[in-house]
Parts: sequence; structure tokens; C-alpha cells
Amino acid sequence: MVSAQKGQVRVITGNATGAYGAMLCRPDVIAAYPITPQSEIAEQLAQFKADGVIDSEFVEVEGENSAMNVVLAASVAGGRVFTATSSYGLVFMYDALQETSGFRAPVVMVNANRETPGIHAVSSGQQDMISARDAGWVQIITENDQEILDQIIMAYMLAEDNDILLPVMVNYDGFYLSYLAEAVEIYQIEDVDKFLAPLKKQSPRQKLVPGVSQGCGTHGMEMGYVEARYKHTQAMERVKNKVDEIDKKFGDYFGRYYGGQIEEYRTDDADIIIIASGSATGTARTVIDAKREQGIKVGLIKLRLFRPFPAERLIQALKGKKAIGVIDRSICFGWKYGPICMELKVLTQELGSVPILSYIDGLANLDITIPHIGRVVDEVNEAAKGKPYQDVTWIPMEE
Amino acid sequence: MKEIRIHGRGGQGAVLAARMLASAFVQEGKSVASFPMYGFERRGAPVVAFTRIDDKPIREKTQIYNPDCIIVIDPGLLSLPTLFTGLKPESVFILNSPKKLPEKPNDNLKIGGVVDATGIAVEVIGRDIPNTCLLGAFAAATSWLKLESILKVLPDYLSGDILQRNLKSAERGYKEVEVTKW
Repeated sequence: MVSAQKGQVRVITGNATGAYGAMLCRPDVIAAYPITPQSEIAEQLAQFKADGVIDSEFVEVEGENSAMNVVLAASVAGGRVFTATSSYGLVFMYDALQETSGFRAPVVMVNANRETPGIHAVSSGQQDMISARDAGWVQIITENDQEILDQIIMAYMLAEDNDILLPVMVNYDGFYLSYLAEAVEIYQIEDVDKFLAPLKKQSPRQKLVPGVSQGCGTHGMEMGYVEARYKHTQAMERVKNKVDEIDKKFGDYFGRYYGGQIEEYRTDDADIIIIASGSATGTARTVIDAKREQGIKVGLIKLRLFRPFPAERLIQALKGKKAIGVIDRSICFGWKYGPICMELKVLTQELGSVPILSYIDGLANLDITIPHIGRVVDEVNEAAKGKPYQDVTWIPMEE
Repeated sequence: MKEIRIHGRGGQGAVLAARMLASAFVQEGKSVASFPMYGFERRGAPVVAFTRIDDKPIREKTQIYNPDCIIVIDPGLLSLPTLFTGLKPESVFILNSPKKLPEKPNDNLKIGGVVDATGIAVEVIGRDIPNTCLLGAFAAATSWLKLESILKVLPDYLSGDILQRNLKSAERGYKEVEVTKW
């Protein structure tokens, strides 16, 4: 492969970008149920089907649980599949989510992050993906519209790799990215075909064929169950390097690199590090630049891969740093820290006794603002100097 | 960077206007980012939509707190106590109203533009969708972009008869806006 041709640049929303990303990968079967703030994807894909832009089988379902079961079945039958959801929809397919990962079905799903049931909130927040953290899916978080498109293409490359065979959830902040109109380069479909072509050269994965009797699925007794779980976790471990490899290949071909599991921004000579994910990382970059001009040696780590957790890359990037601040757009019932911060705390042995400050912000459509991130940088900087610090800060509660 | 905030109500086209504006600036070689903020999709509920334009890529993903321009589609929202909060110095105010502009409503305002976009929309489009008329008024009052750039991108969003009517509405907004310099 050399490099891709120039694509068509259009000003479209994150949701429309999701639909274009799916279209470019030519799924055999699509099933999706509309839900705020994802509805536009389901609508756009239906429009593509009506206009003959895609020849996918488009299954109109009566809810998200059916959507996931439809794409699971189609995937197990050997097809490439796509679905999209958010919040209540993700929760409504919770059993099917686990079935899908148990089947090791390479389903690709877009999730427009939104707060979950309990407190009815039609608003942004990553609580939905966090609630599905242990469902056995690969979970990746994106920062802007172009990355949504690019990550969907990379997600198929990852999910359908014979070394992986796991479902992949591509997340983006609902409202903030789902409705964000930006200029997006939509690649030539022939180029996406070429990029994904290596998948066809693999030996075909095991599939269910009508009339052929064979065992398949998530029924495992005792050792059968243990072995399936063991292999699943091993595959999860392999995801990490594979994400980095695919990112490199994607960048070499399409010209955009995202850093794989994590992206490091101005971290090389940094004393302190801010960790963020999703749309807030864009804002954080501007704050990092401004604070650098004030003489604070701060860097940013954008967490792209949340499941599996990129422990090794983080240890490497955080070694020797004097303090770390983690911004979470969700909460963790049972721990006072935010979920990403909680995961990072597991690495304490490798990182040493470095202060790790947890920040909760951006729940329920509240903004993760420039002053908020500025405050995080200042407080982490003080902690690095040995000053006492607050373990966990709910930023909106202190305003 | 220039930041534009549009205040309207569900169904008046605030969200689409913000997007159309972004597309029009792309015609002039700018980087753009535009998004609205609302919960449920409901007709009549207050909606705010944001558009950022810059010569370099836009990374910020926050709402707009310090606009260079506010566009008010629904004059009923003039009573919002926070409407003018955070305006940058020398900023622009575009209002849909059949009345005259209010006396310089904020110290940071430099230019005001008022047009009866609802009246024009009802006449030209046949419905109270004043958004494209206000985009024309915006181009005339700010001179930040050419009317042609707006007209050129409307076919990306509308088609057929409704497109023709909106093109006319935008042109009339451009011609009929009353601009005041403070």
C-alpha cells in the first residue's frame, strides 16, 4: 500500500460521520434503533439504504436489545455488522452485549455517550460506557468528528483480526460530538476497501451455517467456561499492541495518526501530567499550551483505549512525573475516585508514591471549561511541589 | 478565532443556521466547529447554538462564554438575564424583530443589526423560519463573510422550491437589515 487518495471534505456532525464511517466499511447487516443523541446515525444509515448508497441488509428493530441480537446473529453467521446506540439503549441491550463478547463476535458499535438511567438525564456524560466496562468489549474513546470516522475503520481492522475476534465499542461524547459539525474528510470507499483487504486474506473465521450441526456460543460448563474466559482475557491483552499497530498502518495510509492506545501531548519534558478522554482533550490541549507559556511544564495524555486498560503505555509515559491529575466525565459507585483515576491507582506500585488527583467534571451536559482545566493544572502543579492536596474534587460542586 | 452564539427556540432553525454559517465560512477557507446545546428535541424550548471560526484548526469543545457575536432569532429571548453576559469588546448583535433596535443594550457592543426576519420568512417561505434571513443580515452587518458564501452552501442543506425561497430570504436579510454602529 502506498497512500490513500484525497477524500471529499464535508461539514457534517459527529453522528453523520458515524454513519459515513459505517458506510465506508460496507457492513453486510445493520440494525439500529434511534435514541437521543444518536438518532441521526440510524436515520442517516436508513437514508443511505433508501438511496442505494449501501447494499447492507438494514433490519428495522423495535428496540436496542433486538438490534444487538440481530447483529450478533449476523456476525456469528460470518457477516460484517454495525449498530449504534446510547445510554438507555446500551443498558437495554446489556444481556446481549455480554452474549456478543461471549460469542467472540466482531461486532462494531458506536456509542454516543450519555448519562444512564437512575436520574433521567438527556445529557452528555460517559456513564453509559463505564456501566458496560466489564461486558468484555473493547472500548475506545474519540476526540473529534474525524477521529470517529477513522476509528470506525480501525475498529473493523481490530475486531475482525483473527488474533482478536472481539466486539469493539467506539465512543464519542453525546451532544458535544454527536451534534458537532466540523469539516471531515470522507475517504474514497475503494481506499477503505484496500485498507481492510488484509482481513480477507486471513483464514475464514468459524461461522454458523444453516443445516450444519456444530457447537457455538456461550454455553460452557466448568472447564469449558473457564477456558473460554481465559482465552477472552488473553485476546483482550493482545488488543493493546494491535491497537498501536493498526494506528501506525492507518496513519501511513490515510495520513492521520492518533497514538494508538494513548496519545501523548507535550509530555516529553513535562513534570506533571493531565489525563483526559473524549472531547475534553481538545479543550485541554489549549490549556496545556497556555500553561506552558506561563512556565508550567505540563503535558496531556489522551486516553483512547479504556478497555483493555493501557497499563504498560501509561506506566511508560508517566514514569518520573511529579504529579498526575485525572479528569473523569463519569463516576464510580463504590470508589470515591472517577473511573479512569481508579484504574490508574492500580498502577501505584509501578508509578511510585506520585500524587494522583481525581477530578469529576462534565456530568449531565455541564461543560469541562477552560478555567476548570486550568484549575486542575494549577492544583496538580502545587501537589507536585509537595503541597497538601484534595484527593477527589467534584468541580461543579465547588463553583 | 471568532465565536458566534445563536439564541432561538426549537423549530426556528437555530441549529441549522449555526451549521450553515460554519459551512459558509469553510467556503472562505476557515476552520469551523459548530454545535447546539439542548436536552430533548422539543419545539418551542429555548435552544442555544454555537459556531467557532478560525484560521487554524479549532480544538476547544466547550460552549461559548465570550462571543464576538450573538444572533437572537426569537425576540422573546431578549429578556434572558444572561443574554449579553461575557460579550467580547466590540462585538456584534443581530436581532430578529419588526421593531427598532433597543438602545445599545450592552457596553461591549459595537455593531447592531435588526431585520424583520419573521415577516420576511412568512412572506417569502410561507412559514416562520427566519434563520436564513438572519444569516444574510449577519453577512451584511459583520462583513466577516460574503453573502455569496452563504448562498453557495444552502443547497447542501435544502433543495427544490424550499431552497429557492430560502435563497431569496437570505438575500432580503442582507439587503434589508438596519445596521447601527455604536
